[in-house]
Parts: sequence; structure tokens; C-alpha cells
Amino acid sequence: MDVLEIARWQFGITTVYHFLMVPLTLGLGAVAVFLQWRWWRTGDGMWLRATKFWGKLYLINFILGVATGLVQEFQFGMAWSEYSRFVGDVFGAPLALEGLLAFFVESTFLGLWIFGWKRLPKAAHFASLALAVAGSWVSAYFIIVANSWMQHPVGVELVDGRPRMTDVWAVLTNNTALAAYAHTVMGALAVGGGFLIGISWWHLWRRRADGLDELPGGRRARVVVGADPVKPWRDATDHRLWITSLRLGAVVAILGFGGVAITGDLQGKLMFDQQPMKMAAAEAACKTGSSFSVLAIGDLGAKDCSSVQTLIEVPGVLAFLANGDFSTTVRGVDDLLPQYQRDYGRTLPDRPLYGDRAGQKITYVPLMAVTYWGFRMMIGFGALAAFAAAVALWLTRSGTVPHSRWLARLALLGILAPFAANTAGWVFTEMGRQPFVVAPNPNPSGVDGVFMFTAAAVSPGVTAGELIFSLVTFATIYAALLVVEVTLLVRYVRGGVPSAMPELAGGSDPDRDSDGDDGGDSDTGDADRDVLAFAY
Amino acid sequence: MEALAIVWFAAIALLWIGYLLLEGFDLGVGMHMLVSARSENDRRVMLNTIGPVWDGNEVWLITALAGTFAAFPLWYAALLSTLYLPFVLVLVGLIFRAVAIEYRGKHPSGRWIRFWTWALGLGSFVVAFGIGAALALTTTGLPIDANGDRVGGPFAALGPAALLGGLAVVGFCLLHSATFLALKSDGPVRRRATAYAGGWGPFGLLPLLGWMLVVQVQRGDPLGWALVLLGLGGAALGWRSARAGREGRAFAGFAAFLALGVAGIFAAVFPVVLPSTLDRAWDLTVGNAAASPYTLGVMTVVAGFGLPLVLGYQAWSYWVFRRRVAPEHIPADHIRADRTRADRVRADRVRDDRTRTDVTRADRAAR
Ligand code: HDD
Ligand code: HEM
Ligand code: HEM
Repeated sequence: MDVLEIARWQFGITTVYHFLMVPLTLGLGAVAVFLQWRWWRTGDGMWLRATKFWGKLYLINFILGVATGLVQEFQFGMAWSEYSRFVGDVFGAPLALEGLLAFFVESTFLGLWIFGWKRLPKAAHFASLALAVAGSWVSAYFIIVANSWMQHPVGVELVDGRPRMTDVWAVLTNNTALAAYAHTVMGALAVGGGFLIGISWWHLWRRRADGLDELPGGRRARVVVGADPVKPWRDATDHRLWITSLRLGAVVAILGFGGVAITGDLQGKLMFDQQPMKMAAAEAACKTGSSFSVLAIGDLGAKDCSSVQTLIEVPGVLAFLANGDFSTTVRGVDDLLPQYQRDYGRTLPDRPLYGDRAGQKITYVPLMAVTYWGFRMMIGFGALAAFAAAVALWLTRSGTVPHSRWLARLALLGILAPFAANTAGWVFTEMGRQPFVVAPNPNPSGVDGVFMFTAAAVSPGVTAGELIFSLVTFATIYAALLVVEVTLLVRYVRGGVPSAMPELAGGSDPDRDSDGDDGGDSDTGDADRDVLAFAY
Repeated sequence: MEALAIVWFAAIALLWIGYLLLEGFDLGVGMHMLVSARSENDRRVMLNTIGPVWDGNEVWLITALAGTFAAFPLWYAALLSTLYLPFVLVLVGLIFRAVAIEYRGKHPSGRWIRFWTWALGLGSFVVAFGIGAALALTTTGLPIDANGDRVGGPFAALGPAALLGGLAVVGFCLLHSATFLALKSDGPVRRRATAYAGGWGPFGLLPLLGWMLVVQVQRGDPLGWALVLLGLGGAALGWRSARAGREGRAFAGFAAFLALGVAGIFAAVFPVVLPSTLDRAWDLTVGNAAASPYTLGVMTVVAGFGLPLVLGYQAWSYWVFRRRVAPEHIPADHIRADRTRADRVRADRVRDDRTRTDVTRADRAAR
């Protein structure tokens, strides 16, 4: 296989994988801040339990985000050294700012939060979590700034064929970045919300299945909450925790989806302007026009449009997506292609940079099957998740979930939908940018002439063998670690709140140490003796 | 040469020294989990001395790299692509180490805990060795062409300098973490760490000294020599203090050796950031590898405001967790006998370990 191909697979796999952890970290982190804030303000033990439980899952996921993020940081230099040389002047800065201004805050304060339950005053302890999560959100901003510069290069001038930063403010306030950032964090909220719904639903269902909570007949019936005689922690507070989490999750997910739709619309309009070919490919819009295709068949993988047939079209919608009215004509592939070929050439230039690839024909139309279905899967899965959240709110109006095993399974499965939407969105964005790694901007808002073909970006000195070795190594480790993470999450979810607060399990566990400092992170106790409020 | 480029060269050197000093003891503690721990309880004491701070320390590495990317894109590109395979291994080590620290205690099974202990120990070793090798090579040279690309196969870059640098950082981490554990823990871990630092441990500094001398001899830079000599003074002080049981001074002395010695190395190679072993004309230097003055200016403003802040709150987090971790602070075992029979047997074994340390302590008290 070609070095370029392998390097792209590796980048795709590692970033997609990183972005499974990231939205959960961002979304669940925000939820945890809210929960602890409620506990700090109200002193209600239910909020403490909720903070600990969801916080534990947050941490289990967080660490894989760290482990996979490290790979990202090295990757540009290792596999994409030409890219790093080309863009370093403008692209490295947001990465460095991310480290200096975000990762340090995130990691230091998270350490303070995990171990600080007894060592810090309540307000400071809460602030640690809030700062750590804010760090994550800020880091997301900087990395999106970097990524958006690749979609829409601004704030630079060309010197000796390389972009040089001239205006950092323009880079930081790139309209593409602001829209994409808003879109991404909203998508992350959708992920966090879906996670809360699925897991809370399952616990509420367990309580019903075990006969703790009952729903007397009648239309306006309210749940009658019971307690478990053997496991004292499965009490009324436990019920309240799950129903509150479920409701909270549903609201967050619906808000997230609303935000995603609004910001996505903004992004779409920018994209028509900045990367018309990507949008045309996303719509399988072969012919110039204004209709939105709901279903297209044919060989979407074809590099030209001859075999694509649109079956269902909605007139005017495409124009609305692009421009906010119903009549603008949107340029299709057949119209754009000649323009791209004229502006950026038909074949890769004969420069040493391109090695064997010099002279190859350039394919300007991204893989249509990917962009077309990626776009629809993103919206489809997102809409599905939002719909499910609304249904969940409705079905739980009696204070508990229906007594249905089938629905409980579906709720758990539903956790995956927002993840799928996020992944589809990224695959669409990144693959739709091909064959460019830094996309040229045909419109006046970008800096003309700043672009780079992906084929020029790989490291010239690195061999295919090395890349295959690293690709296989990372893919194997990632697959294994994903299994480990999911197994751990399942274990902790099944254990309920005591898996994060062993002290709750209390007297029921005959094997517990009699000195009772197991886990011991309640907020009472003598801080001098309890050096460790938490221990590995 | 641009003044700001010189400032950033110093800043990158500072970030690397900060990384080695901070993550140095995390990596060393990881290795000591395999080398000098005698029981599960020891391992938990060790792990908890770094628990609250290790992730913040690792960000020094991320920032050193990202800072290099932003300030010297050509250096970043040449170093990482030339040392492709070593960095893959470093990444594997970093991944396993991070996951091990967090997941090790999350499942009450002996096999699980043993697996992650090995992942942590070996991962730390690989990271220390790999980073040391890469740093040594960036000071002694790599086979790069005019464009900064590797000439030769995947292993073309590796040689004695890589081995020396790798051993240098491994040896330093083992010693540095011993003086750290002596400061931060109590009980058997503290005793063994003190013995290591006052005994054979300091011999682990020899490869580091070797690396310093190789660079100084190659470059013959007076400032570099002066810094190395000062550093040696620090090491001597460290050793004397370690033997005298003065834990704080021992820690500071050996740390000073690293900081001054590595500063001496960077001072000596200046203005070259990555020499080419093929042709001196292809050396990457502070002059030809740097980003534009505008970018460097932006970064200087941000770092000038950001780095002191980072130092401030990281110092505060060390202050919050200043107390020693002792065996009696470790909550009951993760390993409870509520699993399968096989697990229960393992759990008993671990609990025995625990009792044994308690017995030793009682012994000592009685004596
Ligand atoms: C929209 C958000 C987003 C995106 C697109 C990316 N990341 Fe990420 N990254 C995060 C959001 C995030 C985060 C939520 O802030 C994480 C997850 C867990 C964590 O520690 O922070 C993180 C972790 C994380 C870490 C570990 C930080 C630590 O040790 O604390 C590194 C080095 C990177 N990332 C680097 C990257 C690079 C170079 C990316 C580009 C290819 C990238 N990330 C994409
Ligand atoms: C975290 C979310 C992201 C995901 C899921 C993602 C996904 C992908 C995928 C699937 C590819 C392969 C495209 C192809 O082979 O056609 C790719 C390529 C790439 N992406 Fe992203 N990406 C993400 C974020 C970023 C960010 C934030 C950056 C920059 C900071 C970035 C830079 C690149 C580069 C340099 C390539 C390699 C060139 C290429 O093949 O296009 N990506 N990404
Ligand atoms: C009405 C619904 C939505 C619309 C109109 C929409 C629109 C868009 C557009 C146009 C892009 C491409 C941006 C570009 O390449 O420049 C995009 C990217 C993306 N979408 Fe959506 N989207 C919607 C729903 C969702 C949902 C529900 C999620 C996840 C929960 C999601 C996650 C993403 C992600 C992660 C990206 C890639 C990163 C980025 O460019 O921000 N989207 N979306």
C-alpha cells in the first residue's frame, strides 16, 4: 500500500477513536459540574451521590481521552512532517496555546478534584471540578481553531510559498471555527445527555423489575417508591437520583440537539461559500440547482456524476440550506469541477515533494458515498437521539419508566446514537475536504493560494513498513482498550451508586474492613489523618 | 538571528527540563513499582504519591512538543519523523502508563492488578528511555538531508548516543523518584527509597553525566562546562545529604544536577537545534528552523502570562497534597474476597503482604 494511504487510515482511525472519548468528556463533565454545584448549594445527599456516580464514569472515560490525545500531538510531526513544515507558523500556535492555557488547567485541577474531597474546602473543591471541565472546553476551542484553519485558511500571507501568520485574531475568530466549535460542543452535550438517559433508564427499570417501585393502574398514576430490604442503598433517594438524572439528561440532549441544528445550519451556509465542492458532494448535487436530495442511488463512489440518480428531491431546500431563501441556484459538481481544475491544476505538480505521485490526476470530487451518507447519518442519528429524549421525558412523566425490558434495552442502545452522529460528522468534514489537507478558498474571505494537497503532506522520510507497524499497533491497542473501557463502565454502572461510594454499601458487605475507611471519601473525617481522601 | 527565536529556544529547553524534573519522578515511581516494591501495599503507597499530580506533569511533555511545533516547525517535523519508530514505542508506553494508573485499582482481581502493574512499570521504562534517546539524538545529530528528512531506513538514526541518552534518563528517573518517595512516603517504602538514594542509586547518574560530557567535548562551550560543573556540585551535595538522611536536600541536589547539566547541554549546542550527521550545512538551527517573528511574538505574550500561572497553580496543588503517604493511609484492599475462589486466594496473598508490612512495623517499634 501507498505511504499516503496508510498514513490517512492511521490519522482517521486515531482521531475518530479519540473523538469517541472527547464528546463524552465534554458532555458528562458539564453535567458533573452542575451536579456538584447543586450539592454544594443545597447540601442534599442525592446530589452528592449523583456527583460521585457520574463523576466516576467521567473519570474512567477521561483517561482514555488523555491516552489517545497524546497520539494526536505526536502524529503531525511523525507522519505528516511536510504538513507540519508547511503550516507550522500558524497551526502550531493553537496547539501550543491549548497545552499552555487548557491542558495544564484541566489535568492539574482534575487531580485536585479526584484527591481533594477531604483536603479542600467545599467551594474550592467544586471550583477544581469546574476549572478542570472549563479546561476541556477551552482545549476543544483551540483544537477546533486549528482544524478550522485547515477548512478555511485566514490570517496569513504567503511568503516563499508558505503561509505566515499575520493576524492571530483573525485565526482565533475564524467564522468557520466559531460555528464548528459551537456545533461540536452542542454535539458533545447531546452525547452526555444520551448517556445519562440510557443508564438512568436501565436503573429505574431494574428497580421496577425487582419490584421496588410500583406503578398503580390509572392514567394519572404516580410511582410508589419502595426500598430494597437487602441493599439499603436502594432507597427512595436512589430512585430520585435516577429519575432526576434521566430528566436532566433528556433536557441536556434536547438542548444539545437544538444547538446542533442551529449551528449546523450556520456551518452549512459557510461551507457553501468556502468549500462548495464539499457541499455539492454532500448533496450528491451533480447538477446545478436548488433541490435537496432525500434519497439518491447509483454509484456514489464514482468520481463523476454519470451514474448518480436522485430519486426523491425536495425543491428549494438546498437553496435554503445554502442561502436562507428558496430560489438561489446552488452550483453542482458539473459546474464546479472545471473551475477547480482551472484554478488548482489537473495533475499533481512535478515537484520532489510528490515523489511517485507527481503527475497523477487530481480527483476533486470527494468520495460521494461518504459525504452524502455521512451528512445524512449525522443528522439522522442526531434527530433520532433527540426524538428519543423527548419520548423518554413523556414516558417517565409518572415518575418512573414503563415496566418493559425491551424499552430498557432500547434506551441503552440509544446511548450510541449521538456518538454515531458525531463520528459521521467528522468523517464527513474531513473526507469532504479531500483531496486537500488545507482547503483552498475560492471566495474572497480566504487568503488566495493558501492550500495544500493531502498527497503533499506526508513525511517523505518515513517508510510504508513503519507506518503499517504503527497503524497495526495503535489499532490493536485501541481495540483492546475500548473493550476494557466498556467493560469497566458496565461494571460500574451495574454496581450502581456504591461502585463510586463504597461506604454506601455499608453493613451489607461482610468482607468490609472493620475500621471502615474503605474508599472513605465522604466529606467528614479528620483531614490530618486522611491524607488520602481517595486512593488508587 | 531573531531575538525572539533565542527566547523560544530557551523556553523549549526550560519546558524539557521541567518535564524531566516533574515527570521524572512519575516515571521512576512507575519503574520502582516493579523494581523495589515488596508488596501490594508498597505499590499502592507509591502510586498514591504521584496520583494527584502525574497528569499535570505529563502536560509538560505535550507543551514542550506543541511549543516546538509552534516555535520551530522544522525542528518538530524533522525530529518526530526521523525517529518514527522510537516515538511509536514512546506513545505505546504513554498510553499504557496513563491507563494503568487510572484503571489498576478499578477491578478487584489479582490478575488485573498484576497486569496493570507491569503495564505501568514497563510503560514508564519505555517512555523514559525513548524520550532520553530522542533528546540525546537531537543534541548529537541525526542523518537528515537538506529538507530535514531522514536518509536511510527506519533504524538509521539509532546508535550509541540513543543508548546513552535512554539510559541517562532511566537512571536519573530511578534515583530522582527514590528521593521523591523518601520525601513523600512513610514506612517501608520510605526506608527502601532512602537506602537506594544513599547507596547505589547515584551510580545511575553516570550515563547522564556521559551524555553531558559527550556534548561538551564535541562543542567545547565554556558556559556549558560551567553549568555541568555546577551540576556536579549539586549531585555531590545530593549524595552527601542522601547518606545523611536529609531528604529535602538530597532531592534538591540531584534535581539541580539534572537541571544544570541539561541546561549546559542546550547552552552548548546553541544555536543548532538538530545537527545533521551527513552535512553540517544541513543543520537545523535557531535561525533557520524558527517560525516567523509575528508567531513567536504572539507565543511569547501568551507564554509570558501563561507559564507563571501554570507554575503557580501546580505549586499550589503540590502544597495541597504535601503530606506523606503512609501504609496506614491506604484504605482497605481493592481486592475483596467476594469474587471467585481463585480471586479470593490471590486476595489473601495480597492481604498477607499487607499484614507482613504491619508486622515489620510492629517489630521495629518493639525493637
Ligand atoms: C472538540 C474537541 C477536541 C478535538 C477535536 C480534539 N481533542 Fe484532544 N482532547 C479534548 C478535546 C478535543 C479534550 C476533551 O479536552 C480531552 C479529552 C480528555 C482530555 O484530557 O482532554 C483531549 C485530550 C487530548 C490530549 C491529552 C491531554 C492531557 O493529557 O490532559 C492531547 C495531547 C490532545 N487531546 C490533542 C489533540 C489533537 C492534537 C487533536 C487534533 C487532531 C485533538 N486532540 C482533537
Ligand atoms: C476529533 C475529531 C476529528 C475526526 C474524527 C477527524 C477525522 C479524520 C478522518 C476520518 C481523516 C481521514 C480523511 C481521509 O483519509 O480522507 C482525517 C484526516 C486528517 N485530519 Fe481530521 N479529524 C478530526 C479532527 C481533526 C483536527 C482537530 C485536526 C487538526 C488539528 C485534523 C487534521 C487532520 C489531518 C492533518 C488529516 C490527514 C490528512 C487527510 O487524510 O485528510 N483533524 N481526520
Ligand atoms: C440539523 C442537524 C445538523 C446539521 C444541519 C448539521 C450540519 C453540519 C455541517 C454542515 C457540518 C460540516 C461542517 C464543515 O465541514 O464545515 C457538520 C459537521 C459536524 N457535525 Fe453536524 N449537523 C447536524 C447535526 C449534528 C449532530 C446531531 C451531531 C452530533 C451529535 C453533529 C456532529 C457533527 C460533528 C462532530 C461535525 C464535524 C466537526 C465540525 O465541523 O464541527 N451534527 N454538521
